[in-house]
Formats: sequence, structure tokens, C-alpha cells
Amino acid sequence: MDLENQQRIMDLSEKYGAENLVVILGGAEAEASGLAAETVANGDPTFAGPLAGVQLGLKAYHIFEEEIKNQIDPAVYDEHVSMMEMVLDVDSIVQEVKNIREQFCK
Amino acid sequence: MLKDKKIIVLGDRDGIPGPAIDECIKSAGGEVVFSTTECFV
Repeated sequence: MDLENQQRIMDLSEKYGAENLVVILGGAEAEASGLAAETVANGDPTFAGPLAGVQLGLKAYHIFEEEIKNQIDPAVYDEHVSMMEMVLDVDSIVQEVKNIREQFCK
Repeated sequence: MLKDKKIIVLGDRDGIPGPAIDECIKSAGGEVVFSTTECFV
């Protein structure tokens, strides 16, 4: 994840508290989405950025996940997300992000 | 889960970009506090 974004996320976590924050991902594939989810939950696995070794414990969901999708106005979802849902590997993306959450978030 | 929460949006240029996710979050009653579109390539 972009190093500047890591810093921003760390600052926001301090400002609002991890329990009030949710991270929503729009990644195109499973590995990158999982990496982003891991970074905000358990720290930067590449040890390159400000979140290296910092366990924020933030919950990350991909926008494709049913529990997120269900809360969005269907017309808005259709307009902005549905097309990509048809071309990306939704199942593997959703499974990867879910695995990371189960592994690192309480 | 989104309603009345502070939301960080990490969009992807090759997936769903940040502004598209922002619109979805707003429709669900969440407050976007940071939104970006990364390029993971």
C-alpha cells in the first residue's frame, strides 16, 4: 500500500478510534485486496511503510461482499460497481479478504 | 455496519475507483473520511 496512505490511515485511526472505522476496498484481484486488508489490520507485511509492525486492527471489507453490498442503494451499486463485478473474480477476492479478517481481527 | 461509521475507502484504478465507492457508501449512510484510488500494478 502507498506509504502516504498508510500514514493517513494511522492518523485517522488515532483520531476516530479503530472501533469507529471501517475500510472498504475496491481492489481488482484477491492478492492485492488481501494485502491491503492485512496492512490495516495487522501492519504492513512488506515492512516498508509507517504501518510496519503497527496492528491497527481495522476491519476491511471488499465492496463486493454481501454484507456491504446489501447496505448500498441497489441503483447506486448498479451504476458504479456492477459492471466490474461481472469481469473480476469476485469469489476469490471476497474469500481472501474474509480470510484476512478472520485471521487478524477480533 | 456502514451507517454512522467513519469509512476509509481504498479504491483501485483497475477495480472499483475511490469515487465510485464513495457514492455507494454515502447511499448506505456512512461517512467517508478518506478516499483514495491506488494503482496496485
